[in-house]
Amino acid sequence: MPKSPSDRAAGDPYGRVYDLAVIGAGCAGLAGAVTASERGLSVALLDTAGRIGGQFYRHPDPAFGAVRPEALHHDWSAFAGLRRRLEAGDVAHLAGHHVWTVERQDGADTPWTVHAITGADGDGEHPVRVQARTVLLATGAYERQLPFPGWTLPGVVGAAGAQAMLKAGLVLPGRRVVVAGSGPLLLAVAASLATAGARVPAVVEAAGYLGYARRPAVLAADPQKLAEAVVHGAALLGHGVRLRTRSAVTQVHGTDRVEAVTVSRVDRDWRPVRGTGRRIACDALAVGHGLVPQIELATSLGCATRRTKDGTHALALDAFQRTSVPGLWAAGETGGIGGAQLARVEGEIAGIAVAAQVRDGAAPARDGRVRELRRRRERMRAFAGAMAAVHAPGKGWAEWLDDATEVCRCEEVTVGAVREAVDAYGARDARTVKLLTRAGMGWCQGRTCGAAVACLAAGEGPLFLPPSPERRPLAGPVPLGVLGSLDPSEPSAAPAAPAGPAEQPDTDRPDGNSGPRD
Amino acid sequence: MVGAACAYYAARSGLSVTVIDRGPVAGGTTGAGEGNLLVSDKEPGPELELALLSTRLWRELSDVLPPRVEYEAKGGLVVASGEASLMVLRDLAARQERAGVKNQEVAGDGLRDLEPHLSPDLAGGFHYPQDAQVQPALAAAHLLRAGRDSGRVLLRLGEDVTGVLKGVSGDVRGVRTASGDLRAPWVVNAAGTWGGRLAHLAGVDLPVLPRRGFVLVTEPLPRVVRHKVYTADYVADVASGSAALQTSAVVEGTPAGPVLIGASRERVGFDRTLSVEALRRLAAQATRLFPVLSRVRAIRTYAGFRPYLPDHLPAIGPDPRVPGLLHACGHEGAGIGLAPATGMIIARILSGGELPMDVAPFRPDRFKQASPGTPRTP
Amino acid sequence: MARDRTPAELVGAAPEQAPFEITFDGRPITTLPGRSVAAALWSAGVLAWRTTRRGGRPRGAFCGIGHCYDCLATINGRPNRRACLVPARPGDTITTQEGHGHAEIAV
Repeated sequence: MPKSPSDRAAGDPYGRVYDLAVIGAGCAGLAGAVTASERGLSVALLDTAGRIGGQFYRHPDPAFGAVRPEALHHDWSAFAGLRRRLEAGDVAHLAGHHVWTVERQDGADTPWTVHAITGADGDGEHPVRVQARTVLLATGAYERQLPFPGWTLPGVVGAAGAQAMLKAGLVLPGRRVVVAGSGPLLLAVAASLATAGARVPAVVEAAGYLGYARRPAVLAADPQKLAEAVVHGAALLGHGVRLRTRSAVTQVHGTDRVEAVTVSRVDRDWRPVRGTGRRIACDALAVGHGLVPQIELATSLGCATRRTKDGTHALALDAFQRTSVPGLWAAGETGGIGGAQLARVEGEIAGIAVAAQVRDGAAPARDGRVRELRRRRERMRAFAGAMAAVHAPGKGWAEWLDDATEVCRCEEVTVGAVREAVDAYGARDARTVKLLTRAGMGWCQGRTCGAAVACLAAGEGPLFLPPSPERRPLAGPVPLGVLGSLDPSEPSAAPAAPAGPAEQPDTDRPDGNSGPRD
Repeated sequence: MVGAACAYYAARSGLSVTVIDRGPVAGGTTGAGEGNLLVSDKEPGPELELALLSTRLWRELSDVLPPRVEYEAKGGLVVASGEASLMVLRDLAARQERAGVKNQEVAGDGLRDLEPHLSPDLAGGFHYPQDAQVQPALAAAHLLRAGRDSGRVLLRLGEDVTGVLKGVSGDVRGVRTASGDLRAPWVVNAAGTWGGRLAHLAGVDLPVLPRRGFVLVTEPLPRVVRHKVYTADYVADVASGSAALQTSAVVEGTPAGPVLIGASRERVGFDRTLSVEALRRLAAQATRLFPVLSRVRAIRTYAGFRPYLPDHLPAIGPDPRVPGLLHACGHEGAGIGLAPATGMIIARILSGGELPMDVAPFRPDRFKQASPGTPRTP
Repeated sequence: MARDRTPAELVGAAPEQAPFEITFDGRPITTLPGRSVAAALWSAGVLAWRTTRRGGRPRGAFCGIGHCYDCLATINGRPNRRACLVPARPGDTITTQEGHGHAEIAV
């Protein structure tokens, strides 16, 4: 349905119905929002941050008066272009909006209600809701972490976290920072840190970069990605940074903060090789093992997912970026980790597709621009798949743990406790480990430990359950007073289940889809 | 939980038991409950009798199981906002007392001695010292572990029962799973909300329906709520058979820190979709009871499906329609609390022991008017 | 490139507002406008501003983007604020948060 005049009448951003609500103002969300808006849709763009850009184009607050914000970024001009289009259009940018759930009402003219709470950290006193005819999820990703002895010491920070703090706050976690883990992000982080004045004694990568050599066709198909790697590589060489592949930080030293790390060689399966440990002095460690799509808003709505080559779950999307739930699109990292450029392409496809759907009630099957974008998307997705395969955590990583290592940082649950739940008490999946140990039950709801717990719970054989995508029906904390002060609404009236087991809609499986009790 | 209790008590009676679950330990409703061990919310009758027996058994079990199962004999506090609902509570409490439930009226101005953060404008309430709480997933896992340690319980997880094996005369001979047939003279249906499906595999009808409930979980807190606190409305909601959404806040602390807020009830099939309205009502009711919670954040919510039978009583005992088949399911929201007594009854039936109470009201075939039948000991 | 350059120099930061003060456990910290509380603390070399509920271990910013909640701090008396998201304002009082941060409501 095209927008009606009444939609635009009210100045109150919450008092109108949008054609499209975009969640996330990173590359994908920005591209989707400006594209749909330029095609005549009324668009609300919600994001937790105060400024657009997402994680990739995170940049300093205007108060810094930075004259060279691009110095910490790759391909800044692409972002500047999106920002110009956003400023020139009439997208309602709702900054500081933390979306905690998205509701869908079947068959309604305005099927979508996006519930958010405002404030820098979502600590606002008043709930808001945005109503829309369609929704585009562009919620990006967060970093995958695998624990190791000493990783809870102050000075150990996420690699993406160090990057974010640097890009937005112009600060470094230390003067001498080891960068470790796996994935192409490590090179970018090391290059940024070194350029900004930190000494980076080593980049420690668990995978072997030889893996890329086994996939020459995919590499050659995406020259821009290669160029990016060359830029980072050159920057690193310029700073004397040494890249150690097939290596991992297996111990952090220090009492109240990082003083040094032990780096060990690992085999093809990331199993540490005894006797290869070397101590490197540093005052900070930036660590990360790839990215995980942030899809909890979608899984709560029942969207179909797919397993990626590095073991995460991404949304299953069709050629027009549609999820399996009607009226819900997704773009960027939510559909599988692929980087900023891919996110922009997918955001644009989604923007065009949503506009076609709202205006014509159909997919833009014959749109030439879409065909071109889809070609680029396929090429970049192939590259992303190759990257995911190269950097997928090896089976042997858990051997660098000791039983006292904390897996769950929030609830301080150790490796030993998780292993006991599996070996002695019948846990066969992350959800049961959570129920029996509280790993993943704390503030972060398993975002930090989820991948590690799933690995530790996943044994071999039929007794073990395949990992299922995590579901977090509350995508963020909500004060009870705020929740209780929402306007009452009629619960969606679903008919009672018919009597008799044969007719029961027995589609439910005890598969980890429900969060457990405390 | 019910299956774990059946296995535990059967093993204690000298039987050898195999527990089969298509998921992990506590993968169904057990893992989605609050762990209520309540007598306070039950009208005098067979369910209350079962609950009182269970209360005793839970106390015994708490000596057997490690402290990690978080058994807390914390007591319940049922509060009334006005004189009218206090009258209703008074009447219920008097009748419960005659049935063996300990309780004591607390005046409105005395409530805050028991619960300092309770809203000051409540009319009064009743304290029920026998109410208790347990962490249900840990309790089930440890009960199974105790059974396995006895050497008489085998655990087969991740195996779906695809058929019930029968002899020529129609009696049960075991079950079929993807990994093969398991032969046994008795099969106990402890499939909870999915118990109707297992009954169907055995060729009988057992109308277990899912009744959805949401629980809100707060950020970790110190002890701010000492008892299991709920309002008089909860009792009415529990007894109702309505399909529509009902909410009445049940608020309690946990040893781990978070406060849990139940309980909503609605019949919507197995739909896990978040109901914002259910959460809104739970939060509003909880903060009305405990204003201190308004600035506390909910960090999680989860849904579970209570196994509901039309008359709100579980099905416990042999099914006269299929010799060798026993049922132990349909406990609705009280399965954790009622599990030990259910397990003991099943074990006594199987081992030919003396039954601890009259189990006729729990006859599994009571919903079939055509074939009333009488339970018989196999 | 110069090794001792700062990130602020790299991007050519030239704030119009003057640097201001916040306090951390009573100790004054001077910071630039535009920083989050976590960034302000990092810039002063402070990496930990919370102790854990069980082990009493020190923690600070980890994920840096609001996902991990390791950076929870008590800001102006209010516990459990994500320091990596909350902007530092002149005069802010940051205190090390012990455990759940809600000791005052314990019964």
